[in-house]
Amino acid sequence: MIEIIQKVKNLSIGFKSKKGEEILILRNITTNIKKGETVGIVGESGSGKSTLALAMMGYVKHGLYTIGGECEFNSSNLLKMKNRDLEKIRGRKIAMIPQNAGQALTPNLKIGYQIDEALQLHSDLKEEEREQKISELLNKVRLPSPETIALRYPHELSGGQQQRVAVAMALAGTPDLLLLDEPTTGLDVTTQAHVLELLNFIAKDTGTSMVYVSHDLGAIAQVSDRIIVMYSGEIVLEGPSRDILKKPIHPYTYGLLKSIPKLSLAGLPQSMPGSQPQPGTMHRGCSFFDRCNFSEEKCKNNSPQLEYLEELKTSIRCFNYKSLMNDSQVNQTVNKIKTSLQDKEILNLSEVSISYAKQKLLDQVLNRISDDNPTVKDININIKKGETIALVGESGSGKSTILKSIAGLLRTKGGIIKFDQDRNLSSDLKERDPNDLRIIQLIFQNPDESLNPNHTVEEIIAQPLKLYFGLKGEELKKNIIDLLQKVRLGEFYMSRYPRQLSGGEKQRVAVARAFAAKPDIILCDEVTSALDVSVQAAVLNLLQQLKEDFGTTYIFVSHDLAVVRAISDRVAVLYQGRLCEVGPSKDVYQFPSHPYTEVLLGAVLEPDPDIKPKLVAEDIVEEKPPQKGCSFQGRCSRILGDICKNEIPPWQITNSGNSIRCHIPLKELQKDQIN
Amino acid sequence: MLFLIIKRILLGLITLFIVSLITFVGTEILPGDACTTYLERQAFGEQLEACYRRLGLNVPAYERYVSWAVNAIQGDFGYSLSGEMPIKEVLGPRIKNSLVLASAAIFIGIPIALILGIVTALWRDKLPDVAISTVTIFAMTIPEFISATLLILIIAIWLEWLPGIVIVPTDVSFLELLPNIILPVIAIAMIMTAHMARMVRSSVIQVMASEYVQMAILKGVPYWKMVFKHVLPNALLPAINVVALTIAWLLGGVVVTEVVFNYPGLGRLVIESISNRDLPTVQALAIILASIYVSINLLADLMTLMLNPRLKTLQIRK
Repeated sequence: MIEIIQKVKNLSIGFKSKKGEEILILRNITTNIKKGETVGIVGESGSGKSTLALAMMGYVKHGLYTIGGECEFNSSNLLKMKNRDLEKIRGRKIAMIPQNAGQALTPNLKIGYQIDEALQLHSDLKEEEREQKISELLNKVRLPSPETIALRYPHELSGGQQQRVAVAMALAGTPDLLLLDEPTTGLDVTTQAHVLELLNFIAKDTGTSMVYVSHDLGAIAQVSDRIIVMYSGEIVLEGPSRDILKKPIHPYTYGLLKSIPKLSLAGLPQSMPGSQPQPGTMHRGCSFFDRCNFSEEKCKNNSPQLEYLEELKTSIRCFNYKSLMNDSQVNQTVNKIKTSLQDKEILNLSEVSISYAKQKLLDQVLNRISDDNPTVKDININIKKGETIALVGESGSGKSTILKSIAGLLRTKGGIIKFDQDRNLSSDLKERDPNDLRIIQLIFQNPDESLNPNHTVEEIIAQPLKLYFGLKGEELKKNIIDLLQKVRLGEFYMSRYPRQLSGGEKQRVAVARAFAAKPDIILCDEVTSALDVSVQAAVLNLLQQLKEDFGTTYIFVSHDLAVVRAISDRVAVLYQGRLCEVGPSKDVYQFPSHPYTEVLLGAVLEPDPDIKPKLVAEDIVEEKPPQKGCSFQGRCSRILGDICKNEIPPWQITNSGNSIRCHIPLKELQKDQIN
Repeated sequence: MLFLIIKRILLGLITLFIVSLITFVGTEILPGDACTTYLERQAFGEQLEACYRRLGLNVPAYERYVSWAVNAIQGDFGYSLSGEMPIKEVLGPRIKNSLVLASAAIFIGIPIALILGIVTALWRDKLPDVAISTVTIFAMTIPEFISATLLILIIAIWLEWLPGIVIVPTDVSFLELLPNIILPVIAIAMIMTAHMARMVRSSVIQVMASEYVQMAILKGVPYWKMVFKHVLPNALLPAINVVALTIAWLLGGVVVTEVVFNYPGLGRLVIESISNRDLPTVQALAIILASIYVSINLLADLMTLMLNPRLKTLQIRK
């Protein structure tokens, strides 16, 4: 008999709208968490997954309230418990690892104190024993030199270290149940893989049950035994993780898995139409009805119940699961990208270097930048018309910095940016003429911040049209409607404000604004990072379509190697502001690779429990590029010795035209990587 | 750190220099001067010349500025024109009186403001918050000359508990002054406390909504421990600058209140010397008020720097 740790019974949580209607965030959730198992709760933003996790600790956010049901732990309902009693359970029996440890650690308290606080509350240890225990815990989460870390403040640690501290803090009370709310979301790929590996180790080592909440099926696949899929506040699918990931029998999960770009496949993933309904806008019938490819008439008016299938040990909320059961292998079909590459060179960066160092007074007066070890150095890239080139790397690799200089938002220290073979572009905005500005447009990561909240969609798109082409009246309006159609938005969106749009719609408006200028080059800075996966696929497909129609060149910055694989013709890998590898994307994703590319590729999480990440190098954070030698020397697991420390590696060209900057001969590079 | 302090002090001195220049130039370009005001209709010919010579107004402006500045640095601001006595002696007791008034208001007002702000934030939208917030908003919106006049009417005239206006010589001893300052202190503290309590309230509410406070709750930290360890240190940090501005405002003389109560502080001196065209005194006052603002802001910034671990390490790293 397997012991059940937490029982969630018919739980509904919601809030009262301004009109006094009851709006549900969670709708009638019932599930059990067993001892020692790891359950993944997956869903897109707004699906209620975090609210569910918090309810499992008896915590309901300000503004929300419990409408019905209970969360039972040790045969008492946490949601009805007094705060005083909850304090004895929280941290001791059930502990939380938060999404963003940087925000969740109190800024004015030292790391050691914050862990000590948990120990004081939840153990009987004496002071010296606690000190000992703090070191033990910090050691367990593999933080270097625990004694010094304990004396630091949260902001003095890197993102990965902060997340480890949060794990240590949660383990301080030796809880029976750990709740993890997107614990790796803000982290770099390699750090994420390391933290996940640590969590897996802890689950095995301590036998703690875990509830792992995430939007990322890749991360969920690595840790969970069982998966709960949530959609607009309901459980739509619950079952063993392998079955759910390999044979998704719910149309939503099926579509979700298809919309995730994968490393092994070039080309764009298929997108799901529409987006998840907002709480309070649900109608009768299945909540997934609008987006479902398998729906029937009856789905429109009747909502399916959660049904338990004995033979699959799976619960499903769908009338039509049988049609998917027979053929639900996620045979990934991808939309192959057509490359519209021309031979003409459109942008050339030569010897570009950029410095963030604060300039001395003398240099300011002389209007020059002097820094012998700049943030970005020796960037030579030749971009062809119609090409999509991706810049990839972890945070601090300088990829966005380079983009800013191309856009003219950041002065370079040196080097030349040349447009169309003969026109030098100054990296200083003031020295560019209006046409220079028009030919290069930017799309930002977060449309919430890049669209003016006080402008309607019409005003937002009208601006470049007026500015660059002086359009007025009817003609202006016609152009705006045209552009909206191009990004698949109807005419009625013109009068809307950004806050009235969903994340995907906002990003479409941002895309339309960029295309309004009829640019030659569009710089895309992490354009899909803030979007849900199903929406991400749609935006990627849209970008590709527009590129084919207009012959635009994209410079695409992303930390997500799978997304880059899907959309780009060529990839440039950056570490610490220096190029490591440049080549056609199909070759960069194959061996031989630069050791850093190998690290990045190994850390990618695929939504498949059988593909485990390979952790090649430590996830150390380097603050500055090394003064001399190879930029990756500090983390390289294959460092040769003094040559790597003193000499800048040469460019080696593979047979397929891939350039790798490494001292290790190509043949030897390849030898180890194939194994 | 030391470098930073020196840099800030230098910047403060430059500010003071600019202030002194502006006031000097301002008083120069105004039509008329001390002598014409003093002599009124006799301001012509020999008498005017004599006055100019006596007050040293007959040399070029820049020379006067330099000699004034050199003396001012040594604490000598020259002679007041109206009373014809050294400004030092005019200012001394006034500064003392303003200091008494301000410190009384600070010692009463700031603790009350902190408590009210914290209470309203912790009981947000509940009865204590609604009640206190209504009162503070009233106290904030009623101009001080009205609340001061009302106080005089009720407490001094109807109830006859305290003197309504201050009728004491400027240089009275502290004990004699004490009963006189109660009403002005109440009038000032009301508006100041209300402003600060609102500020503290919103700051505490903001921190209460932060992820680290949610984390502390989920860690099982008892409520009051959470408030004192995780909330208040972070919420009160931004309050330091507001407190500093309030103190500077108080020391600079609460002009309206001082006039209503006839209180012999710096604020009333400002009004008097302006209406008397006592330009040397105005100049001296401008410099003194500016130094108060500059030094208190400097102190507040340094305090924030000391208390905020984030800024501290940032500065050291640079």
